[in-house]
Amino acid sequence: MELTLFYIAAAVAIAAAALVVTRLNAAHALVWLVVALLAIAVIFFLLGAPFAAALEIVIYAGAIVVLFLFVVMMLNLGRRSITRERLWLEPGMWIGPAILTAILFGEMIFLIASSDTGDAGSPVGPKAVGEALFGQYLLAVELAAMLLLAALVGAYHLGRRYLRDRREEAS
Amino acid sequence: MTSLAVPMEHVLLIAAVLFLIGFAGVLVRRNVIFLLMSLEIMMNACGLAFVAAGAKWGQPDGQIMFMLILAIAAAEVAVALGLVLQLERRFDTLDVDAASELNG
Repeated sequence: MELTLFYIAAAVAIAAAALVVTRLNAAHALVWLVVALLAIAVIFFLLGAPFAAALEIVIYAGAIVVLFLFVVMMLNLGRRSITRERLWLEPGMWIGPAILTAILFGEMIFLIASSDTGDAGSPVGPKAVGEALFGQYLLAVELAAMLLLAALVGAYHLGRRYLRDRREEAS
Repeated sequence: MTSLAVPMEHVLLIAAVLFLIGFAGVLVRRNVIFLLMSLEIMMNACGLAFVAAGAKWGQPDGQIMFMLILAIAAAEVAVALGLVLQLERRFDTLDVDAASELNG
């Protein structure tokens, strides 16, 4: 039962990720990205990581994709951008990357097949994660907080200049 | 504790496939927004591998690495989308190749 769910979620995740990469319209690609993230959250849940699954939905599908959506709406990409995207995305361009990724995938299959890994262990509950996060990994949490603060300042700086230039252009 | 029925090899293979889809996207696309979305897919694949490894050993460290990846992704997206706005403002395009010359 669990195994069937896992394969369904995996197929959905891979199909949705492939659609994200090949779409022409950015908003459509974002919706497919949400589908891929939800499928990965299901995989996390089946791997016995319910806390990671919840974070995947709340932060990735909730916050990060909405941030993308804000920018796509701010840039006001219309029909013009889709025709331009079609110009940029010639079918021949896929050949080189496809060969490279196929080689890497072959190596990965070889490495994974040649090692005996077995089943995916046991579930890890949120309690154990929290204890480790605010115990031995406290320094990493502080560093992540510093990183987010730096990102906040950087994003504010870049966005403010954008809006100021816009206003000068309008007046 | 009950053990999980999912085979580890298949989880790692799915993480590899997702990573390579994102990688192909980064190589092929020219629109910055699609580039960033491909990067998100690659980061998710890394997170999946971390969570799978954590479950394999029954330790919370994998999920903690996933949370740090989450924080990095949030920071990266916030700054990168600010840069996307600047790119659109300066060059009137979303083509990354427009910003290939480093003169302010």
